[in-house]
Amino acid sequence: MSLLELDDVSVTYRIADGDVPAVRGVSLSLAAGEALGVVGESGSGKSTLAMSLLRLLPRDAQVTGRIMLDGEDVLAMKWGRLRAVRWAEASIVFQGAQHGLNPVQRIGDQVAEPLLVHGLATSDKARSRVTELLSQVGLPAWRARSYPHELSGGQRQRVMIAMALACSPRLIVADEPTTALDVMVQAQVLTLIRDLVAAQDIALLMISHDLSVLADVCDRLAVMYAGRVVEAGPSYDVFHDAAHPYSRALAAAFPTVGDPASRRAPRGLGGDPPDPMDLPPGCAFQPRCPVAVDECATEDVLLRPAGERRTAACVHVGVPAEETTR
Amino acid sequence: MNSVAWTRRRRAFGRFWAAYRAEKAGMAGLVVLVVAVGMAVTAPLFIDESVTSVVNGTGERLAPPSLDDPLGTDESGRSILLMIWWGARTSLLIGFLAALLSMVIGTVFGISAGHFRGWLGAVLMRITDWFLVLPSLVTALVLAAILGGSTWTIIIAIGVTSWASTARLIRAQTLAVEARPYIERSTALGAGHWHITTRHVLPNVAPLLLASTTLEVASAIVTESTLAFLGVSANKTSWGTMLRASYDWGAATSGAWWYILVPGLCIVTVVMAFTLCGRALEKVLNPRLRRAAA
Amino acid sequence: MSLLEARDLRVEFASRGRRARAVDGVNLAVGAGEIVALVGESGCGKTTLARTLLGLERPTAGTVLYDGKPMSYRARDLKGYRREVQLVLQDPTGSLNPRHTVYEAVAEGPRIHGLPDEERVVADALARAGLRPPERFFLRYPHELSGGQRQRVVIAGALALDPKVLVADEPVASLDASVRGEILALLLRLRDDLGLSALVVTHDLGLAWNIADRVAVMYLGRIVESGTVEQVLTAPRHPYTQALLSVLPESPERVVLSGEPPDPTRIPGGCRFHPRCQTLASGAADEVATRCRTEPLTILPASPDPNVACHYALARQPP
Repeated sequence: MSLLELDDVSVTYRIADGDVPAVRGVSLSLAAGEALGVVGESGSGKSTLAMSLLRLLPRDAQVTGRIMLDGEDVLAMKWGRLRAVRWAEASIVFQGAQHGLNPVQRIGDQVAEPLLVHGLATSDKARSRVTELLSQVGLPAWRARSYPHELSGGQRQRVMIAMALACSPRLIVADEPTTALDVMVQAQVLTLIRDLVAAQDIALLMISHDLSVLADVCDRLAVMYAGRVVEAGPSYDVFHDAAHPYSRALAAAFPTVGDPASRRAPRGLGGDPPDPMDLPPGCAFQPRCPVAVDECATEDVLLRPAGERRTAACVHVGVPAEETTR
Repeated sequence: MNSVAWTRRRRAFGRFWAAYRAEKAGMAGLVVLVVAVGMAVTAPLFIDESVTSVVNGTGERLAPPSLDDPLGTDESGRSILLMIWWGARTSLLIGFLAALLSMVIGTVFGISAGHFRGWLGAVLMRITDWFLVLPSLVTALVLAAILGGSTWTIIIAIGVTSWASTARLIRAQTLAVEARPYIERSTALGAGHWHITTRHVLPNVAPLLLASTTLEVASAIVTESTLAFLGVSANKTSWGTMLRASYDWGAATSGAWWYILVPGLCIVTVVMAFTLCGRALEKVLNPRLRRAAA
Repeated sequence: MSLLEARDLRVEFASRGRRARAVDGVNLAVGAGEIVALVGESGCGKTTLARTLLGLERPTAGTVLYDGKPMSYRARDLKGYRREVQLVLQDPTGSLNPRHTVYEAVAEGPRIHGLPDEERVVADALARAGLRPPERFFLRYPHELSGGQRQRVVIAGALALDPKVLVADEPVASLDASVRGEILALLLRLRDDLGLSALVVTHDLGLAWNIADRVAVMYLGRIVESGTVEQVLTAPRHPYTQALLSVLPESPERVVLSGEPPDPTRIPGGCRFHPRCQTLASGAADEVATRCRTEPLTILPASPDPNVACHYALARQPP
């Protein structure tokens, strides 16, 4: 049974100029202990999707569909239950830890906060749990008395991870956890995330724009474009042998050092990621697609099977499937 | 090329105007100001300086409002209404020009202090701090007394003593603007001090400056009235001099309420109008304030 | 003959009461029509080095030479220098004044230098940067453009002065992955069509592989390895380069260095990388271990031959 199941989730923002469909009919599933990577660029809707899992979106966002967390629909939860679920069952590691931490509170207090809020520990017990958490992320115990500005970017990100682990959740959503970090620090943080998640059998949903990072850390990948999942499957397959032309282009944007094919041959797509308020008719990727055919401009394409446990939303892939595919 | 640029500017102004129109308080202030300035500017078409001449006082002395003199008369029989009308010119002129002077000095000091680091910036800031600490009213009094009592000396006295807070504001904004990458790009393109301060910093501080100046005019009118009340004024009639005269001639004790109330109300109304406009300008030009209020 | 050269360059800052040696002895040369990648993590001094080469920062010691002549910091000479060496910054959104139209942004350089025929220069620059037809973009504002288009405007602004060298600081780091290729291809095309040289500062080794001819790896203010991209990125000799390459997603064996680079006020003695060096830690470098800890390495020359600043690597070199 999957721990997290998204069933035809759509998120629309209502703003003054009209409706913005940030996420359009996304279906995903994640089993306990599994790592799923969601990759996309600006306007793909990936961050919106991440925030919707715990209903952290602003009030002008309309969410439809079902988000089943361990059998319960998050969207139907009452406020009290939602608050209990937030952090205790599913937590988030936010991006850009410079803004995720309160600059005038000590690290220890911030890591202890979810414990105290959820009544999982008294203040004394909390202190020992904080020490335990800090050591799990590779920080010495005395760091609990530091302020965020005294830590480096990598250390702050570790604190964010410690906070996310505080209430022993079953699911962690990591939203761009290593953007803005150096490659070596990024490698450290990703290794840490992967080890912790494996050791504690936590499900991981990692969001990033960096396909190569996700391909390394996650078991499965879902590629998002213009609010939809356009490809999903085992990460090795999606990265090396993508079925959807967008995934192929993304993979090509991260050249393998040492591969003569990418030497002095940077590959990218023309055009820009689409504006969610102004989506083209038919397939949203068609204006930039190198292999588009006539029907792509008029007929929208949904996910269809593309191999062993793989799906892709492209006319060039197999035949259309009926109803929902994963 | 230029004509299309003008179209864009007109369209931008149109958007600004639409946003300003939505500010009811600002519109009220604007209406009052238009009326006041209109009155001041058109005054010579109806009356002239002679309404202030003591010799021409036609009504009875200190007469309450009546049909002949709707706002009463003063101690020389002059019509309060006509004096107010004529006095508006002096009050508003001094207010505007003093604020303009204050703004110019403040901007030059502020931008220079923010742009030039090192000892030059430090020296400019210390000068600004000095002027900030000076009791402006007392200094203005002294200056006006030394320089004599013409309109221009009053303008200078007010302008020279009230620029420091604007300068601090502008300096802070200059520092913020200069921290942005496009300033570094400009330097890398070969820009000198003049180019950076006029083409980048000035347009970015302009909204702040505009709002600040509007409020400064209000403050200058009050200062002018205060100076006049304290006896240091231009020899022309203004609302402040009328207040002074009402005090000198014991209007309060003799029950001539119109003599005190009318000039006083005029000052308060115009100052309030400027303040409302200034606040509305701030809100319109700084979108963050708008969203917070919404 | 090199076009832009740093000779024995040192740049120091006062930081928290100590001296931070951001650039601590660097020889680097960029030849005509060459793209050199300057690679390193944050804090290694690569951005400071780039800014010093642009004249935005004064060196504490050493010289910057352009076309063989040392750079003069007098205002008029600096202004003339700007026509030869131009800058492309990382964040295209911050690099453009939001109140200026695209035309004004690109025309800024020509206006400062009083170049004639401004409109044609601007149109040319925009076209060369890939924004066609240029007239369509004249009156747009930066916030109406996408990230890739904004970066092209910044590049056009630099091209408007017809420089010989572009210094690009993380030119594609803020852009979407699918858009990067286009901007990188643009830089390559400018090199091919106009003979433009470029010094690209980046932390992204994939970028270096994509477009650079030579690469220099920087650590804590010094260049620790340099050479052609093929040599350095397929057969790295310095342990730091090896570690950087090993954490790339496709690599077989991952070497994740512990800790972070120390800050430039506390540069370790001996080889500045030795506290984190995986080769030293593994015991493979025992013959030179004492030298690693105590003997500093000489500053690498700017020559195009492969160079490495490592006792272990040098000891294993054939004589």
